Amino acid sequence: MHKKNDDSSINHTEAVISIRGLYKSFGPLDVLKGIDLDVFKGENVAVLGRSGTGKSVLIKILVGLLKPDAGNIMVLDKQVDKLNQKELDALRLKIGFSFQNSALYDSMNVRQNLEFPLKMNYPDLKKNEVDKAVEEVLEAVGLKDKIDQLPSDLSGGQRKRIGIARTLILKPEIMLYDEPTSGLDPITSIEINNLINDVQQQYKTSSIIITHDLTCAKATGNRVAMLMDGVFLKVGSFDDVFAQTDERVQRFFNYNFIQ
Amino acid sequence: MMESKPKSFVFSKGIDDYFSGVSSAFQFIGRFFRQASKAPFHVREIINQCYEIGLRSLPLITLTGFITGMVFTKQSRLSLETFGATSWLPSLISIALVRALGSLVTALICAGKVGSSIGAELGSMRVTEQIDAMEVSAINPFKYLVVSRVLATTITIPMLALYCGFVGLLGSFVNVNAHEAVSFISFFKEGFATITFLDVFTSVVKSIVFGFTIGIVGCYKGYNASNGTQGVGRAANQAVVLSMFLVFIEEIVIVQISNWIRYF
Ligand SMILES: Nc1ncnc2c1ncn2[C@@H]1O[C@H](COP(=O)(O)OP(=O)(O)OP(=O)(O)O)[C@@H](O)[C@H]1O
Ligand SMILES: [Mg+2]
Repeated sequence: MHKKNDDSSINHTEAVISIRGLYKSFGPLDVLKGIDLDVFKGENVAVLGRSGTGKSVLIKILVGLLKPDAGNIMVLDKQVDKLNQKELDALRLKIGFSFQNSALYDSMNVRQNLEFPLKMNYPDLKKNEVDKAVEEVLEAVGLKDKIDQLPSDLSGGQRKRIGIARTLILKPEIMLYDEPTSGLDPITSIEINNLINDVQQQYKTSSIIITHDLTCAKATGNRVAMLMDGVFLKVGSFDDVFAQTDERVQRFFNYNFIQ
Repeated sequence: MMESKPKSFVFSKGIDDYFSGVSSAFQFIGRFFRQASKAPFHVREIINQCYEIGLRSLPLITLTGFITGMVFTKQSRLSLETFGATSWLPSLISIALVRALGSLVTALICAGKVGSSIGAELGSMRVTEQIDAMEVSAINPFKYLVVSRVLATTITIPMLALYCGFVGLLGSFVNVNAHEAVSFISFFKEGFATITFLDVFTSVVKSIVFGFTIGIVGCYKGYNASNGTQGVGRAANQAVVLSMFLVFIEEIVIVQISNWIRYF
């Protein structure tokens, strides 16, 4: 357990996410300036980049929370920005989105947080089926004893895990993690990295992992993409990317370890 | 790639912003009616919200209603005494409470209490991305959060207003009873004798309008909150100010219309 998929279990001919020429700006601020990326079935791609480079914007576009200005974005063979609400909802059920700040519903306890997406999308489920699903995802994230707690009583790392559990309950094919380890101590970070790899194996997901934590990128990413000034400087294995002599990449690498 | 073009305004920035604000508010209202008329209906959540809103405001409404009725009676007594007309008190107070005070006092209290809490709640859900989280799990947050709350205020506030009127009459009775030997039954008999169907009807319609206003303004401000925690405070604050302002305007308009009908 805890290991990421090896190359042989990734289907390099089937892209679940395919981005071509993605542009996005907010008023005068150009954030993404021509992004190309494929994520293959069974693969974890770690997207690295400094604060404010548009990493969150990128995955928000993938779930239709933001609209691209230009570009072709295919997720599970659907063009995200051209779907109507019904089609978009159907696609969103197959995508798990773990928010940077967890975004747990703070008026609900852990159980209600987990039940909510299930009950709202499948109102005909019986109580024992819901209970079973809740138990299963709590087991997967290792927090069974927190079921009756309120989000405000959880630590940052526990909130992250409940956030991930809440997306797993819908059995997604794609996981999008926004900074899963930010603000956590190194040991908790490693636990989250392990969880991400376990999810990849157990739920057979393909993922994008947004992070500026190199340890996380190395541990979870089958490939690493370096986002800088609105474009990917380099996409490849962790070692390839950081073998680059590009000064900006080196600086990012060095600062990460000095910090 | 895309050149950022210099922004041009139809009138000026201020006026343009004002009109785009008004148009987005009306779009929000339109969206409410479209979504409210379509299944699925989150009945449980609506009942839940009615219960929350009603119960949370009950103590304050009871207190304010009672005191309003009592103080109003006390003050009117002074003027009526000079004409020896204190026997008019029950009818005077009933008219005042039913026609104006019950619904207005309730609306103002709920604007402060319910409007601000809806604004703050939805505002904090917006800025902590809980609303986005609903959206990405294929849940319609507008329907779940906004429609249920607006329906709840529209249902609950008229009930609270009727209750407030009743408690006000009780407060008035306490004062009347202390000065004149008027029984409970005859106080209410006299009071209700002067009230017409139109009075009650107008008052209920008014409260429905107030309830809708308070709910939709709170939701609109909260749902569109931005700028972190600061935005949450601002949403709550603006919800109160704007809904109170609108309640007064609506009061004037509805009273005017009902007077036309009355003297038609
Ligand atoms: N809805 C929005 N409206 C206007 N500007 C936005 C919006 N969302 C993001 N931005 C801007 O886009 C830029 C990129 O934001 P984004 O949140 O994607 O950064 P990030 O790479 O995720 O950074 P961090 O590591 O701090 O989370 C920022 O400058 C931000 O101000
Ligand atoms: Mg981010």
